[in-house]
Amino acid sequence: MQKEYLTVNSISGPLVIVEKTRDVKYAELVEVEFSNNEIRRGKVLEVQEDKALIQMFEGTIGLDVENSKVRFLGRVQELGVSKDLLGRIFDGAGRAKDEGPEIIPEKRLDINGNSINPYTRDYPSEFIQTGISTIDCMNPLVRGQKLPVFSGAGLPHAKVSAQIARQATVLGKKDSFAVVFAAMGITFEEADFFMKDFYKTGAIERSTLFINLANDPAIERISTPRLALTCAEYLAFDLDMHVLVILIDMSFYCESLREVSAARKEIPGRRGYPGYLYTDLASLYERAGRIKGKKGSITLLPVLTMPEDDKTHPIPDLTGYITEGQIIISRELHRKGIYPPVDVLPSLSRLKDKGIGKGKTREDHSDVLNQLFACYAKGKEARELSVILGEAALSDVDKIYLQFANEFEESFVKQSEYENRSIEESLSIGWKLLNKLPLQELKRIREEYLDKYYKK
Amino acid sequence: MSKKSKIVKVAGPLVIASGCRGARMFDLVRVSDKNLVGEIIELKSDKAYIQVYEETSGIGPGENVELINSPLTVELGPGLLGSIYDGVQRPLDKISLKYGDFIPRGVEFSALDYEKKWHFRPIAKKGDHIGPGDILGEVDETVLIKHKIMVPASVEGKIVEIAEGDFNIKEKIALVNNKDKDISISMSSKWPVRNPKPFKKKFSPSVPLTTGQRVIDTFFPMTKGGTACIPGPFGAGKTVTMHEVAKWSDADIIVYIACGERGNECADLLLSFPELKDPRTGRPLLERTVVIANTSNMPVAAREASVYTGITIAEYYRDMGYNVAIMADSTSRWAEALREISGRLEEMPGEEGYPAYLSSRLAQFYERAGSVECLGSDRRKGTLSIMGAVSPPGGDLSDPVVQATLRVVKVFWGLDEKLAHARHFPAINWLESYSLYHDNLREFIKNNISQDQIDLKIEAMRLLGEESSLLEIARLVGIDSLSFEDRLILEVAKSIREDFLHQNAFHEIDTYTSLIKQHRILKVIMLFFSLAKTKLKEGMSFEEILKLEAKEKISRLKYIEESKLEEFDNIEKELKEAFGKSKE
Repeated sequence: MQKEYLTVNSISGPLVIVEKTRDVKYAELVEVEFSNNEIRRGKVLEVQEDKALIQMFEGTIGLDVENSKVRFLGRVQELGVSKDLLGRIFDGAGRAKDEGPEIIPEKRLDINGNSINPYTRDYPSEFIQTGISTIDCMNPLVRGQKLPVFSGAGLPHAKVSAQIARQATVLGKKDSFAVVFAAMGITFEEADFFMKDFYKTGAIERSTLFINLANDPAIERISTPRLALTCAEYLAFDLDMHVLVILIDMSFYCESLREVSAARKEIPGRRGYPGYLYTDLASLYERAGRIKGKKGSITLLPVLTMPEDDKTHPIPDLTGYITEGQIIISRELHRKGIYPPVDVLPSLSRLKDKGIGKGKTREDHSDVLNQLFACYAKGKEARELSVILGEAALSDVDKIYLQFANEFEESFVKQSEYENRSIEESLSIGWKLLNKLPLQELKRIREEYLDKYYKK
Repeated sequence: MSKKSKIVKVAGPLVIASGCRGARMFDLVRVSDKNLVGEIIELKSDKAYIQVYEETSGIGPGENVELINSPLTVELGPGLLGSIYDGVQRPLDKISLKYGDFIPRGVEFSALDYEKKWHFRPIAKKGDHIGPGDILGEVDETVLIKHKIMVPASVEGKIVEIAEGDFNIKEKIALVNNKDKDISISMSSKWPVRNPKPFKKKFSPSVPLTTGQRVIDTFFPMTKGGTACIPGPFGAGKTVTMHEVAKWSDADIIVYIACGERGNECADLLLSFPELKDPRTGRPLLERTVVIANTSNMPVAAREASVYTGITIAEYYRDMGYNVAIMADSTSRWAEALREISGRLEEMPGEEGYPAYLSSRLAQFYERAGSVECLGSDRRKGTLSIMGAVSPPGGDLSDPVVQATLRVVKVFWGLDEKLAHARHFPAINWLESYSLYHDNLREFIKNNISQDQIDLKIEAMRLLGEESSLLEIARLVGIDSLSFEDRLILEVAKSIREDFLHQNAFHEIDTYTSLIKQHRILKVIMLFFSLAKTKLKEGMSFEEILKLEAKEKISRLKYIEESKLEEFDNIEKELKEAFGKSKE
């Protein structure tokens, strides 16, 4: 018979203190029965000899001190997994949200997971073709990478990530592929956009969705990405699938974390976010990867909206320090009507070098990438200069670069939402642009590739 | 001394236990029957505040705490090289063999292999009088590194017994007699990580630590025994630079501490080091490397310990007389671990929530570097160089960790996001970075590279400085309004940037440049400058100079193989001829 405590002492925000407890463990899952018999769940944040601090997942509205009953469940928060998870939609706490039946779990997994032993990690090296030139050619994504999308309010990050989810393939391979989608605090409309897209393309069959909407309990968001990643780990490392995990929107997740931290009266770090934000985010992001000898992989695509497009805000900043690069959505390009408005220069994929080149994409890929970067950077400089001095004041070389930057944006960056370009196509568009530059400007390309591709 | 110590509170990685009278600060403990490792970081009457190196979920009040009367130590002996450890020196490769792909809690593993036999060759003889630090003999740890077996601290006396043969690290290799007391010595020893290992004397460093990176070796050199830091925002190339230095530096031993960084980068290191060859010896790099991997998702308290574990291992090899270089990537994550623990202890925070003792801890860490005379009667010298990456939030150098680090380190390689965006790597900003070792190295450069190298680099640096002010003017009034002499400076500075400073880590030849080759490249560029300047004065047109075919060759200089450096002679000749011809 489970013990029931009627000793709730205080309630503040999402936190509840229960007294006279015995044998409570740290991080244990808790059930609280409200006076109207509603049951909500929480977890132990701090435990002393006769006192436990509980964080409620679904808020404390309607909870009272007198009549609430608290039960400690003796286990941490778990997710029951089986291959029936595919094709299903759950809420942010892992309860079925569609009309489907309850999952009969094959096993139950701790949603916090264990850290992958760095020794058993395999280096991500398989190129994923997303069909988007600015990603495939300039910032290639590889299996097992974690590549966030940094966006801002009002920018089409949802469209871009849906397009990636729709088009992502590995060249020449037909492996089982799955998408795990976790929504945290996004609006119904945004979530609906993804769900419709998944249904329309049939992707839903191989997807699992965890949806916590803006009006769902905020604290629940803290477990949503963990549920999604636990599901992904099971699909990847038990069922040998290649899993793409989309976490949208990490900013809301961090705000929930801040809410709990503030309620605990912890000493805040930058902008009121807790000092352990880095560690906490790492415990999510680092669950992506590949393992030696295992077929499956987890590729992670967190999406976050930067407040005021500020990249130095703690959320994008700490994310950038953990993830392997970033795709930055540019407001300037978006205003120009260019889709996908990927800001090529500050975007980066750290793992590209092992995923591209001969036998993976094409031998000249790396050089073309570097050259396009350098030229576009010069072109943008020239553009800045022409804004100050007028175009007439530019030198001849600068004029060529300015022209290059314009064409680069118009024909290389810009593509349609349903255009799926192969890497060959992307590279040949790149060469078409480079052909307009004089040979001596192409310092980043090896002679052998110049001989083979330049003006050919 | 096993007393009844019980947990009274658990809050994340911080566990408080009562009944700990007699416990000492920084002693190790074992928490609960899950056997989690922890360290005492505060004592209040009989209560001990313990930072636990492993995840504490499922732990609760009432569970036992076992006091171990010893501080956190590392085990030292043959077999360290090529190993990969977590922050408290547990071998990750062996853990994976036994427990699979994920790291479970409470595992206990010896850091070194107790079974393996090493062939011990004595150097000291029976009857010798020996003291701490004296070398008893050696073991071929890898093909390159002879592991010197040293007399442990506090042992002194006459050798009664010493023998050649195959031993494991726990077996007796020698017997020392000190006043009727016989002390048996084995090949392994332990050392508490928070105490620096002793040495006799410290010197000012005077030999460069070459890295094969042109911008570093020529303009911002590091020394053997020196300290350096690489601050920069994310994406500026800290880790790539660190990896490059780890690969190509001419240290004998590398200790790489991946402290709170990415798992995939660790994997890159672990997978590429066994295959990469040391450019000087042709042996796999892993044979001279020890990796401490405590990635960002591994327990935060162990991250705090990892830098100490790493540096103690490094000091051990320094004591043998080797040149050791340690890379800590990133010290910011270590500082954040300090901050997290400090927050849980409810200490009064200093700047940005970091504890007030942040800067003294950092200084203590960097001060463990140095060029020293080791203990022992043979007066051998060893060096320990520290390079720390710093990851300031938003790349903001006013960050407390950066500021505290800059106060103690001598070399500053400031990474610049703008350069990184233009794919100029290594993205070390040449105007902001500095090295305070130029004077220390003057003699070495004159004797080993060239007499004129110092003048060349000062002149080159001057051009880069002038470039930045000229560019500013050009931006305001247009490039055409500059004199041709100024435009020549811009042209040459551009060449220094693109043909010398820019280096492609992924190009098979460009990734490493020897000091001599660095000198030759710079010399050609500066030769071009001086020739062009004279010709310009003599009336040669600026356009004509730009069109010279020989100039084109400068951009390909960096791809000349190390074994064909005589090609530089030809290019210098060609350049002189080209300018000579244009006279007619």
